[in-house]
Amino acid sequence: MDGFGWDIILQSLPKLLEGLWVTAQLVLVSGLFGLLLALPLGIARSSPRPWVRALPFGYIFFFRGTPLLVQLFLIYYGLAQFEAIRQGPLWYLLREPYVCALLTFSLHTAAYIAEILRGALQAVPPGEVEAARAIGMGRWLTLRRVLLPRAAQIGLPAYGNEVILMVKGSALASTITLLDLTGMARTLIAGNYRAVEMFLAAGVLYLIFNWVLQRLFRLAERAMNRHLREPPRLVQQPVPRVPSGLDPPL
Amino acid sequence: MTGRDANGGAPMLSARDIRKRFGEVEVLKGVSVDAHPGDVITILGASGSGKSTFLRCLNFLETPTGGSVMLHGEPIVTRPDGEGNHQPRDRRQLRRLRARVGFVFQQFNLWPHMTVLGNVAEGPRQVLKTSRAEAEARALALLEKVGLAERANFYPAHLSGGQQQRAAIARTLAMDPELILFDEPTSALDPELVGEVLEVIRGLAREGRTMLIVTHEMGFAREVATRTMFLHEGLVEEDGDPEALFTQPESERLRQFLRRHLS
Ligand SMILES: Nc1ncnc2c1ncn2[C@@H]1O[C@H](COP(=O)(O)OP(=O)(O)O)[C@@H](O)[C@H]1O
Ligand SMILES: [Mg+2]
Repeated sequence: MDGFGWDIILQSLPKLLEGLWVTAQLVLVSGLFGLLLALPLGIARSSPRPWVRALPFGYIFFFRGTPLLVQLFLIYYGLAQFEAIRQGPLWYLLREPYVCALLTFSLHTAAYIAEILRGALQAVPPGEVEAARAIGMGRWLTLRRVLLPRAAQIGLPAYGNEVILMVKGSALASTITLLDLTGMARTLIAGNYRAVEMFLAAGVLYLIFNWVLQRLFRLAERAMNRHLREPPRLVQQPVPRVPSGLDPPL
Repeated sequence: MTGRDANGGAPMLSARDIRKRFGEVEVLKGVSVDAHPGDVITILGASGSGKSTFLRCLNFLETPTGGSVMLHGEPIVTRPDGEGNHQPRDRRQLRRLRARVGFVFQQFNLWPHMTVLGNVAEGPRQVLKTSRAEAEARALALLEKVGLAERANFYPAHLSGGQQQRAAIARTLAMDPELILFDEPTSALDPELVGEVLEVIRGLAREGRTMLIVTHEMGFAREVATRTMFLHEGLVEEDGDPEALFTQPESERLRQFLRRHLS
């Protein structure tokens, strides 16, 4: 047990990468489900009607106000307490720790994403919404064509940040026997007693993963903000003529 | 008024006794206007006199607390809400009527995530369900009309204020509105960009478009108008033929206003 075990790290790398793959699944799937769930929640939160705003309040209050670990235990151990769930058709899924972790993370991150979405929707300048209303767009059309695309631009950096927070939070999956990156490191340590090497290697893998995610979000931001960046190009080709009578010239 | 009434033409827009209260403050105390086809009505008034609120009440961007609005003889149906506002009762009717009334904002309010062409084609495509090809061909023709065809694929962020306002006018024209409301279309512009926007609006007047124009450009307001209204503290203080109104104002307030703005 002398010296630093580079060789042990190398030997364990395939297993650690396996764990990283589980972590990636948990984060990406819950990031996506969380986003889908956050859409109605965030839209309701930004409603001008107080009673619509109040609907998701309890949900968001609970998931933002309690530790993720508590939520994970409540779902993993708590669901099994209900006879109805154990007899129910979804039990074969809900007894899997993997499914419990996905469910918890999705519900948890949805609460945060909903608040990000609310903030982004409210940051869209009201004039842009009025312009949509003034040409006869209804509520849903305005949402789909103006509010959500604009909120996506505004909220994307905060969403990326939330996904990265979830990468770190996902380490808690190891507490319900899942072999995510942290869980895998702990399992390996139980066999090789190389805690420092294993956690160091796991930490570096987390860093690399987060770095890649950050790059991806940066690229997405650039793509979404091309309206501010791309150098304008004048239309060179002649303007196609429209059939006469469509519009009289000035 | 003009001979159009004698012809029996129904007003395109008829607003009766429009009132608007914000909390305790009544900023419109009963303003009426009739606009017949071809009318260009310019609306003057000091800042805070209720000009924007009045225009916004006409297409219910603001819900009036009193009065009625008729477009093409069709009254916008309303019901009172708890706060005394006359909320539109029939969303579908309101959308249909709004699609026929253009609104040009002081701050342009172009959608920054769409190109200029996209902005102009958006209403026809999404609201009028025109095909994309047709909407874009039409949008391009309108951009040419306001002198922006070569900037069709620019995003609004890359345009000057004057260009943005001309694009916003093209966006409004794309809906083929029967009536266009302008709320200080040049007030957010640098002085050297005002002319190009006024020129576009003059062109629309020559075409015989029906327009209500709130403006502080006195020369323009006088020359383009078939009628001029002067608002003071939420009431029509004076209303009539633009020449008469500018040269022989009856009310002392209008005289003061003109003295301040013509110098
Ligand atoms: N949303 C609002 N809430 C409260 N007061 C408002 C609101 N909009 C306008 N006002 C007030 O109503 C008055 C008239 O405003 P406005 O119609 O914008 O005047 P104008 O366009 O003639 O300058 C002003 O005193 C303004 O402060
Ligand atoms: Mg105003």
